[in-house]
Amino acid sequence: MSWRMWALKKSVWVFHVNLGACNNCDIEIVNLLTPRYDVERFGIKLVGSPRHADALLVTGVGTRQAIIRFRQVYSQTPKPCVVFLMGACACGTGIFHAGYHVEGPIDKILREMDPNAIIAYVPGCPPKPEAMISGVVKTLSAI
Amino acid sequence: MNQQELKDRLAEIKDKLIDIQQPLDDRIFLSCEAENAYAINKFLFEEVPLRFVITTGIDSDSCYEILYHYAYDQIGYIITLKAFIRDRENPSIESIAPFLPGAEWIEREIHDLLGIEFRNHPNMRRLILADDWPEGVYPLRKETRQ
Amino acid sequence: MKETVRKPVLAIGPFHPLQEEMEFFQLTVDGETVTDIDMRISYNHRGIERISETLQFDQVPYLVSRVCGICSASHPLAYVQAVEDIAGVTPPERALYVRVIINELERIHSHMLWVGLAGHFIGYDTVFMWAWKYREPVLDLLEEISGNRNQYGNVKVGGCREDIPDETIPKILKELDKLDKKTEMLTKAVLDDPVIHARLKGVGVLTKEAAIKYAVTGPTARGSDVKIDVRRDDPYAAYADLDWNVVTQPVGDVFAKAVVRLLEVLESVKIIKQAVKKLPKGPIATEVKEIPPGEGCGRAEAPRGETFHYVRSDGGNRPVRHKIRAPSYVNVPSFKATCIGQHIADVTITLAAVDPCYSCTERLAVVDSHNKVLHDYQTLLRLSREKTARIKKEIGTPEMKLEDF
Repeated sequence: MSWRMWALKKSVWVFHVNLGACNNCDIEIVNLLTPRYDVERFGIKLVGSPRHADALLVTGVGTRQAIIRFRQVYSQTPKPCVVFLMGACACGTGIFHAGYHVEGPIDKILREMDPNAIIAYVPGCPPKPEAMISGVVKTLSAI
Repeated sequence: MNQQELKDRLAEIKDKLIDIQQPLDDRIFLSCEAENAYAINKFLFEEVPLRFVITTGIDSDSCYEILYHYAYDQIGYIITLKAFIRDRENPSIESIAPFLPGAEWIEREIHDLLGIEFRNHPNMRRLILADDWPEGVYPLRKETRQ
Repeated sequence: MKETVRKPVLAIGPFHPLQEEMEFFQLTVDGETVTDIDMRISYNHRGIERISETLQFDQVPYLVSRVCGICSASHPLAYVQAVEDIAGVTPPERALYVRVIINELERIHSHMLWVGLAGHFIGYDTVFMWAWKYREPVLDLLEEISGNRNQYGNVKVGGCREDIPDETIPKILKELDKLDKKTEMLTKAVLDDPVIHARLKGVGVLTKEAAIKYAVTGPTARGSDVKIDVRRDDPYAAYADLDWNVVTQPVGDVFAKAVVRLLEVLESVKIIKQAVKKLPKGPIATEVKEIPPGEGCGRAEAPRGETFHYVRSDGGNRPVRHKIRAPSYVNVPSFKATCIGQHIADVTITLAAVDPCYSCTERLAVVDSHNKVLHDYQTLLRLSREKTARIKKEIGTPEMKLEDF
C-alpha cells in the first residue's frame, strides 16, 4: 500500500462539488460537520480547493454547464482520489434523465475522463448523514 | 380596493383587451394582442398597482403566448395577462424590463428557451442554458421536442 | 457585460478560485467597493418544466419537490393547488391541516439553517453549530411523519398521501415546546448582541421601492416593509382557520431580515401547535380521476417567499405547460440593488440575506476583468469574519453565551 493510500486512510480531506443538485444532499453534507454527526473527529475535513482534496463529494445530476467545470476540477484533484457520488442524482441522474440540459450520468463521464477513476456510490434522496458516513468509511476500508 | 373596485380598474383598459375571463373568484385572465402588452403591463404594474409575479412563455402551435402573472395581495387575486404573438417566424414583443427590473431575468430565460425577441431589453444575454448550448435550438419549442 | 475593462470584477462562483468565468456571482469592484454584479445560473438548470410535460399529473409532485431541497414541501403544494383549481377539487379538511403542519415544520428547519449559515458567514460559529443542532429534532419529526428528513412526498392532487398517526402528535407537541424555548433564547441572544447590531445594521439595505421593482417576496420583502405573505393574502390549506401574525420590519437591512426569520420561527411553532390540536378527523384525500382542460395558478409561502406554479391542461393526463417560479428567482436578482456600494467584506452576508440555496452562496469569488480571480470564497469569508472581530474589539463585549450547548 502506497504512503498516499495510508495517508488517505488516516484522514480524508474532501472537496464538495455541486453539479446541478437541489441542495438536499449538499445540506446533508454540511450537516456532517455539525455536532450530531461531527465527522471532524474521524479526520474528515471539508477543504476549499480541489487541489488539497483526497476525495470529491459530488452531488447533482451533471448539468451541461456544470460538467464543463467538473472536468477541470477533476483534473486538478491530485490522484489517487476517491469520487463519492452522493445521492440518487449523482448515482445516475434519476428522475431528471429526460432533461435536455442534463449531461450525466456522472460516472459515465468520469470513466471517459479517467478509466481508473475510483468511484463510490451513496444512493438516497438525500442519503442520510449516517449513510454518507457509512459510505465513506466502507469505501476507505475497501481500497 | 375590493373586488368590484379592482374589476372597475381593469375595465379602464378594456379597449386594448380581447377579453376578460374569471374561471374562479380570485383568478382573472386578460388577453390581448402582443402590440398592446407593453401599455397594459405598465398600467397594471404602475397604476393599479399590482405586484409582478413572473412571466410564462408557451408555444401554442398557432401562436406564442406570453403570460404575465400579477398578484393583488389585498384580496389575494392573481391577474394574468395573456399576450398573443401571431408571427411565428420572428416572434417578438416589447420588453417590460425597462420599468420592471424584476422581469429582466425571466425575459432572458424565455428568450433562451423559446427564442422570443424582447425588444429594448436592457441586458439581453444567455441566462440559463450552458455556454456551449447551440444557438438557435430552443428547448421549449414544439419542433424541438420531436 | 458592460465594458468596464479597467475595473476588477468580483466573481462569486463555484468550485475553483483560479478558474476563469465559472462563477455563479460576478461582482465588479472599485478598490474594495462593489460597483456591479452579474450572475450565471445555468449550473443548476435541469429543464424541470419540460420534464414535467413528460410525466402524468400525479407523478409531477415527486419531480417538483426536488426543484429545491429546502423548499421541498412548498413546490408540490403550489403545484397540486394549481391542478386542484383546474379540476375544481377541494381536499378534505384533515388533509389541509396536515399540509400546514408539514409546511410549517419545513419553515422552521429552513430558517434555522439560515440562522446557522448567517452566523457562519459573520464568524459566529457557535450560532452555526447551535442552530443546526436544534434543527435536527425538527428533521427527526419530519422523518417520523413522512419517512424522509428532507423530501416528504406527502402531497398529491386531492389531498395528502399519508396521514399523521395519533402517536406522533404528543411527540410533535413536546418537541415544539423545547424548540420554542430554544428559539426564544437564540432570538434574544442574537437580537440583544451589540456586535451583531453593529455588524448587520445598515448592511445590504433593500429599500421598499427597490423591493417592489424587483418583485421580491418572503422575508426579503417583509424585511423591507413590503407586507405580503401568501398564507394571509390568498389563504390556502388551513391557514385561514389559524391565528398567527405576519412579521415585517421597516428598514430592509440584513438585520431586519434576520429578525423576520427568527420571529417567523416562533410564529410557525404557534401555527403548528394550533393545527395539531385542531386536527379534524376524517379522510386525507379525495379521489381525482380526471383533470379537465383548463389552467390554474397555485401558490404557497415557502420559507424563502412565494412559490408560484402555473399549470395548463388539455384534458389529457399530462400537463401541457407547467411554469415553476421559485421565490429565489426574484429574490436573488435584487442583489443588484443591495450589493452595489457595499464593501467586499459585506458581500457574503448580503448575499446570504436573501437566503439563496446554500450551494449558490458557497460559489463566491472575486475576479478581475480578465476573469482571473482576485479573491476567492475563502477570502471573502475571512474578510467578513475579520470585520466582525474588529467590531467586537471596538465594542468590547464578551463572547455570546448560548446555554446548554
